[in-house]
Amino acid sequence: MTTKLREVDVVIVGLGWTGGILSKELAEAGLKVVALERGAPRSSESDYSLPNIRDELRYVVRHDLMQNTARDTITVRNNPQQEALPMRRLGSFLPGEVVGGSGVHWSGHTWRWTDMEFKIRSNYEERYGKKFIPDDMTIQDWGISYAELEPYYDKFEYTAAVSGKAGNIGGRIQAGGNPFEAPRTRDYPLPPLTPILASEMFTDAARNAGYHPFPRPSANASQPYTNPDGAKFGGCQYCGYCQRFGCEANAKGSPHMTVIPIAMRNPNFELRTHSWVTKVLKDSDGKRVTGVTYTNVLNGEEFEQPANIVLLCAYAINNVHLMLLSGLGQPYDPVAQTGVIGKNYCYQTGAAATLFFEGKYFNPFMNAGGSNATIDDFNTNWAFDRAPLNFVGGYNLSGGFNTPLPIGYRPVPSGTPQWGSDWKRATAKWYQTAMVINASGSVMANRYNCYDLDPTYRNAFGQPLMRMTFDYRDNEHKMGRHAAQIVNDIAKSMNPTRLNAASARTDPWTVVPYQSTHNTGGTIMGTNPRDSAVNRYLQSWDCHNLFVVGANVFPHNSSYNPTGPVGALAYWTADAIRNRYVKNPGPLVQA
Amino acid sequence: MTGQEFDRRGFLKSAVVVGAAAASAATIASPEVAQAEAPAAATPSAGPDAADYAFFNLDEAAFIEALVDHMIPADEVSPKGTDLGVNVYIDRALAGSWGKGDRLYMQGPWKQGAPSQGYQLPLTPAQLYRAGIAATNAHCLKAYGKTFDRIEGAQREEVLISLSTGKISFDNGLPVRVFWTTLYQTVIEGMFSDPIYGGNRNKAGWAIIGFPGIIAVHRDHVEQYRGKPFPTKPLGISDMS
Ligand SMILES: Cc1cc2nc3c(=O)[nH]c(=O)nc-3n(C[C@H](O)[C@H](O)[C@H](O)COP(=O)(O)OP(=O)(O)OC[C@H]3O[C@@H](n4cnc5c(N)ncnc54)[C@H](O)[C@@H]3O)c2cc1C
Ligand code: SF4
Repeated sequence: MTTKLREVDVVIVGLGWTGGILSKELAEAGLKVVALERGAPRSSESDYSLPNIRDELRYVVRHDLMQNTARDTITVRNNPQQEALPMRRLGSFLPGEVVGGSGVHWSGHTWRWTDMEFKIRSNYEERYGKKFIPDDMTIQDWGISYAELEPYYDKFEYTAAVSGKAGNIGGRIQAGGNPFEAPRTRDYPLPPLTPILASEMFTDAARNAGYHPFPRPSANASQPYTNPDGAKFGGCQYCGYCQRFGCEANAKGSPHMTVIPIAMRNPNFELRTHSWVTKVLKDSDGKRVTGVTYTNVLNGEEFEQPANIVLLCAYAINNVHLMLLSGLGQPYDPVAQTGVIGKNYCYQTGAAATLFFEGKYFNPFMNAGGSNATIDDFNTNWAFDRAPLNFVGGYNLSGGFNTPLPIGYRPVPSGTPQWGSDWKRATAKWYQTAMVINASGSVMANRYNCYDLDPTYRNAFGQPLMRMTFDYRDNEHKMGRHAAQIVNDIAKSMNPTRLNAASARTDPWTVVPYQSTHNTGGTIMGTNPRDSAVNRYLQSWDCHNLFVVGANVFPHNSSYNPTGPVGALAYWTADAIRNRYVKNPGPLVQA
Repeated sequence: MTGQEFDRRGFLKSAVVVGAAAASAATIASPEVAQAEAPAAATPSAGPDAADYAFFNLDEAAFIEALVDHMIPADEVSPKGTDLGVNVYIDRALAGSWGKGDRLYMQGPWKQGAPSQGYQLPLTPAQLYRAGIAATNAHCLKAYGKTFDRIEGAQREEVLISLSTGKISFDNGLPVRVFWTTLYQTVIEGMFSDPIYGGNRNKAGWAIIGFPGIIAVHRDHVEQYRGKPFPTKPLGISDMS
């Protein structure tokens, strides 16, 4: 039996970065907001504190803060000819399942995606001609511009305490920043993090090669900070336990210590944890949604929560799943190329080299989530000519470390045995004396990379799992080869004692090991309902009181981490709802 | 060496009071680790005692002890695997929720799939381990006439190379690659996870690589120790609780 609850103005599904931002903004606008979060409440004081938060086994290996695949997962395959099988445990990506979502255990790298992405098809067609884009590459313009989003990027950066160095303020290039970034109105709220040796060495090598290195902008507060909402940050401790952990120092910009507690203090806001949303309910005329159903996972009780506005903020993958489960919009068919829900799933690619320097102490454990130095010469640099290389997109390169903890990170030169005394000696010798150069590359949308509902496997609620069909295409392989070569050129110029060179990936995408939680697409944004699921305000073309917020609206994936535009779009959507939609409910863009 | 282990196991099997067979509890630390750990070494945590196993039976215990001591031999770098408690770590991990399949999606139908689709066996980690040890021992019996714990070091090396390169296949149908991946990962975890889980005894795994453990207030250290070794006496969770 389902208990029907009293209607509220807004129901928000999922309370991570996007849900947190929208909860705060809409409760402040006077709307009655209920947030339904499947995970448990966790706090910095009780859960992300010393000593227990510093536990690599629990948080990195056993996924303590992350989605429990026993309850819900996806099925995966590389192409439509293959039979999809369930991702039986997490691997390639690690979506969160606690209050704060993945925003608790992210690293904090925060980028501004530019018109190079938002106008991708126009840009490439104009410069290289229509034929440059392969037929099966289903990229499209997003329907927004950088200039429109700029104030919202700014708002997100100041909320999340991003440390960095501006490269372009109002069109004036700033020394030490990223010269290829789009103009910003002001600098980051905090100066860059103190560089570690690895990022300094990478910076020197990149500069000597004629590139333009800069410190990676990251939501790791380089100094104590109070954000515009009054949330207090400690200074980053370079603790090395950043990605996949909650921050003990309260220095990592996260929803559970910024937007969520502010929403919680507002009487218009109510949070229900352990509340698993199973479906969005459609009105009989199909033009509106009426609310959601959810299950209290502590006792199995089912509820219907009616609402005037439904916001899906359940992370990029889960948002698409909920759309498909609820029969909202037309499911995408890659053969007929009809429908939109499930279309343009994208991921990222990369290539990495490990450099060994005998006797040089990098102290990898002293490292912030974003201590790496970066170059964008092959990314947002439009002067970098793609014609001879024949690929669309780009990659950024960085030098430093990722999660340099010893279960997962023990670099040894290739050819070292995997066990025994020689292995131990090499492990002891090189743990502190190696560094990594990593390329992170974009993935362009492809007709056959998509989601739909799996015909066989079900979740704990008896619903079909979502099926992911994904593989890298020729475009990514070409880019990967170029990236590997540039990584190796820079690496060799640094004269390491030993080098595990980067190689372009040739194998299919695999569900293990961890690659990145940068899944995009599935309910993409665009300028018309034929090519997209939502309009530029992330509003469903089919049901005007449904908004789908997250990287699921990205029509393709860039080489950058996604949360800069995810956060900015959440603020942008909040503004559209507060200032326009509430006054005059209906489509914000005419189809 | 091998004979000694055989005797101990034979004795344990027939012993009425298993506790009487408690192996020496002393941790044999290498000189370096002993130095770094001088005060701690005086109060070593209890050594692996057959009676302490929560998951492994005696055959499996003999296998795992032989395995971790082969993979992590005592040398100038560190004490051997059993002295690091790697076997104890693995036993507890398998007996606990992870071993029982916590967070593992366990609904059929079961297909092997492509390697890119990840783990697809209808087995919890504990069941996988049990079947894998049995299969490895069956292989050893066939190849050498003895189980893994009773063969010579060079033969053990040969077995591990076969497992890691997938050169052999198991008669019971278990995919060698999947067993090896799990086996290897758990040995690494036992060497480098926090000592609260039973392995990495005296933080010796961390000490050999200079990893400081949980103390990570490096705000001032980044500049102070840039390019210089950081003096490390690693601390674990229980040191701060
Ligand atoms: C290890 C890691 C490192 C990362 N590093 C970076 C980085 O450096 N830079 C960057 O830009 N991005 C990074 N990311 C990605 C970043 O965390 C996400 O982009 C961001 O958190 C997305 O916000 P969101 O609101 O869409 O989803 P989330 O923050 O994940 O929040 C979604 C919430 O919805 C809940 N939910 C899901 N389904 C349901 C349901 N059916 N019912 C109720 N609740 C539900 C979830 O439990 C979760 O709490 C990283 C992610 C991970 C995992
Ligand atoms: S590196 Fe800095 S921001 Fe990240 S968890 Fe540690 S203290 Fe927090």
